[in-house]
Amino acid sequence: MEGTDSQTGTTTLKRGLAQMLKGGVIMDVVTPEQATIAQEAGAVAVMALERIPADIRAAGGVARMSDLSLVQRIMDAVTIPVMAKVRIGHFAEAQCLQALGVDFIDESEVLTPADERYHIDKEKFSVPFVCGARDLGEALRRIAEGAAMIRSKGEAGSGNIVEAVRHMRAIRDAISELSGSPAEELVARARDLGAPLEIVRQIARDQKLPVVLFCAGGVSTPADAALMMQLGAEGIFVGSGIFKAAQLVRDGAPVPDEHGYPKIDPDIALRYARAIVAATTHWNDAAIVVDAHKSLAGARAMKGIDVRRLANEELLSVRGN
Amino acid sequence: MPGPSVIVGILGLQGDVVEHVAALERCGVETRVVKTQEDLAAVDALVVPGGESTTVMRLLERFELRAPIIARVKAGMPLWGTCMGMIVAAHDVAGLTQPTLDLIDITVRRNAFGRQIASAEMELAIPALGPVPFPAVFIRAPWVERVGPTVDVLASVDGHPVFVRSGNVVATAFHPELTGDDRVHRFFLSLVGREDAQRTAA
Repeated sequence: MEGTDSQTGTTTLKRGLAQMLKGGVIMDVVTPEQATIAQEAGAVAVMALERIPADIRAAGGVARMSDLSLVQRIMDAVTIPVMAKVRIGHFAEAQCLQALGVDFIDESEVLTPADERYHIDKEKFSVPFVCGARDLGEALRRIAEGAAMIRSKGEAGSGNIVEAVRHMRAIRDAISELSGSPAEELVARARDLGAPLEIVRQIARDQKLPVVLFCAGGVSTPADAALMMQLGAEGIFVGSGIFKAAQLVRDGAPVPDEHGYPKIDPDIALRYARAIVAATTHWNDAAIVVDAHKSLAGARAMKGIDVRRLANEELLSVRGN
Repeated sequence: MPGPSVIVGILGLQGDVVEHVAALERCGVETRVVKTQEDLAAVDALVVPGGESTTVMRLLERFELRAPIIARVKAGMPLWGTCMGMIVAAHDVAGLTQPTLDLIDITVRRNAFGRQIASAEMELAIPALGPVPFPAVFIRAPWVERVGPTVDVLASVDGHPVFVRSGNVVATAFHPELTGDDRVHRFFLSLVGREDAQRTAA
């Protein structure tokens, strides 16, 4: 053995996997077949779940960790990293996913929260966690709990980019504000942000988060991805955007597959996924984003929701603190 | 070290690109992120960073960089792949039909250490870099299962090569760009613009 003092589950390793995903697209998938399509399209990881957020929203009820045999089958179907979601605060669901061997856990507001006061103590886990944030304070509280990656919350399953834009701008603006603050103001800033002083000092010094920042919640077109990358996202989560656009509809209703889930057109899904990957890679080259949009001929972006018309109890982004 | 006119490219389609940019700039060389053929034509060496190999191989094809990179490396341009870059540069991938650039005569095994929870940091003996062990960070890392006759093995873990070189092509299964220890970056830069770094492998 030429390597000594081998350590697993360190902060470097957990944050490091997120660094390897930068510039890429992480796609929600609900079957092994969709996972294969996502990998074929160039996804850097897949999020294994039972229903895409738009369908979770439509179905109502309590949304929990996905069926573990489904997560296992998705892990077996692809070589790229597999992520899965747990309810906010549900550390036993997280223990299950770590034992199963998923590569990343999303402690997600898309599922029904299990704990209204506390998030999971993520330092205790070897597997890395990603958490959503609406602003810098929320991002820093999650990092203090051990999150290895932050994503904007956006408004999942809405097909509307407006909340993701709001969250990404809020995080970015607060970081630039801190960077200009004299040292004596940082204690008060930490109090206002509700975040530990040490991390606040680090942000003021480095002018960036100590972990990777992705955009999530509402990305449904290649131009949406290019927009978020230009606003400072280091990569993109696409929840409902791809496979909702590829759902087959007959007489205005989704066509069910043999399991009762909406059936998708694999060709449209592949083209849609590829187009979002291309726009994420070349976010600063409008000609390539144009080609990505042209490649979608015949496909239609999900209808989406005006989030101002959602009642407070229908909003997912307000879950967690 | 190469002269001040040297520009080192970092393949920028996906992955931990800025970490390599920072490490190379600490070593005093000019860098350029490579996303297009025009970018590639402007650089004297290329680093393929950490990332997802299936993703990057597809993007190399889609954005028509595959053939130009192979041509440049065959003409002598030094190339170093870290983790994903090792897979992309390899001859082939054990057990998978995944395409590669076939720039160095090795067969790699993907995710050889296991899934993310088996990712590990360790002190790695690398005699070519001196007596001080190197802080090696392995993240869902590959290792080398077969080396061709032209390939030098510079470090191994449990008998599996994790740092190899053949002529102008270098590959590491670990991530020196995440550590702040620039010795592997300097080793790679020592090949840039050197006669004996020309490709020797068939």
